[in-house]
Amino acid sequence: MTWTGSPTVSDVERLLRSALVPVEPPGSLTDRFEETLSELTDAAAGELADWELRAMRDPRNWARPAAAAVIGGGAAGALILVRARQQQRRRQAGGFRALERSVRDVAGDVRARLER
Amino acid sequence: MDELATKVELDRAFTDVYRTHLRDVYSYAYYRIGNHHDAEDLTEQTFLQAYRHFERARREADGRPMRPWLIRIAHNLAANYYRDRSRRPQAPLEDAAIVSDLHRTDALAEGRQELKEILAGVSRLPDDRREALIMRFALDMDNREIARALGRSEGATKVLIHRAIKQLEHDLDWKPYGE
Repeated sequence: MTWTGSPTVSDVERLLRSALVPVEPPGSLTDRFEETLSELTDAAAGELADWELRAMRDPRNWARPAAAAVIGGGAAGALILVRARQQQRRRQAGGFRALERSVRDVAGDVRARLER
Repeated sequence: MDELATKVELDRAFTDVYRTHLRDVYSYAYYRIGNHHDAEDLTEQTFLQAYRHFERARREADGRPMRPWLIRIAHNLAANYYRDRSRRPQAPLEDAAIVSDLHRTDALAEGRQELKEILAGVSRLPDDRREALIMRFALDMDNREIARALGRSEGATKVLIHRAIKQLEHDLDWKPYGE
C-alpha cells in the first residue's frame, strides 16, 4: 500500500467518508416499488370498504346521529366505487362493460351483505 | 369515512417517508449485501415490512425520525438473508464501479487505490462494526440514530464505532509511502 505516512484516526475517518458514499437506487426500483405501493394502498382501501360495509350491518352502529347516516351513505357509495375500480383492475379487461359488470357485482355483493 | 380519511393520510405519510429515505435504505442494503440485485430486493422488502407496521411505528416514534426504524428493519432482513443463504457479502465494498465513479481523473489514481483498500478493510470487519460504519459514513447517522437502529445504548454505539475505526487502522497494513 502506498500511504504517504502513518495515518491518524482522522485520516481513516476521512477515507471512510470518501469511500462510503451514498448509492442512488436505480430508477427501475423506484418505479416498481411505487407501483407496488399503489396496489397495496388500493387493496387496503378495498379491505376498509369491506370493513365499513360489515360495520353498517351491525345494528349497534345504527344508533349514530342522522347526519352520520347521510355521510355514511356517501362513504358507502364512494367505497363501492373504490371496490369496483379495484375489481376492474384485477380483471384488466378495461372498457365500460367491465366497469359496469364490476359495479353490478359489487352492488350485488353489498345487497347480499345487507340482506343477510 | 373517518377510517378511510385516516388511511389516506397514513398512506400519504408513508409515501413521504419512503421518498425521503429510499436512498438511505438502498445505500445501507448495497453496502451490507454487496450487489445491486439483492440490494434492490432487500430495499423492497424493507419498505413492504415498514408499510405493514407503519401506523404503530409512527405512533411509537412520537415525532422522532423514522430512519433508524427503517434501517433496523433492513438490518434484521439482511441478517435473515445471510442466515437463510449461509453467505457473506460478495466483496461488496470493492465494487470498482463505485470507486471509479468517485475518482475519474488520473491525478486521483492514488486516492482510488486508497479507497479500494479502505473498502476492502471495511468488508472484513465483524458485522456489527461494519454496519455501524456504514450508518455513520454512508448514511451520515449520528450516534443516537445508530444506537436506535442497532438496539444499543448511545455509549455502546460510540465505543463500537471507535473500535471499528481502530481495528480498521490496525488491520490495514499502514506503511509510510515507498516501503
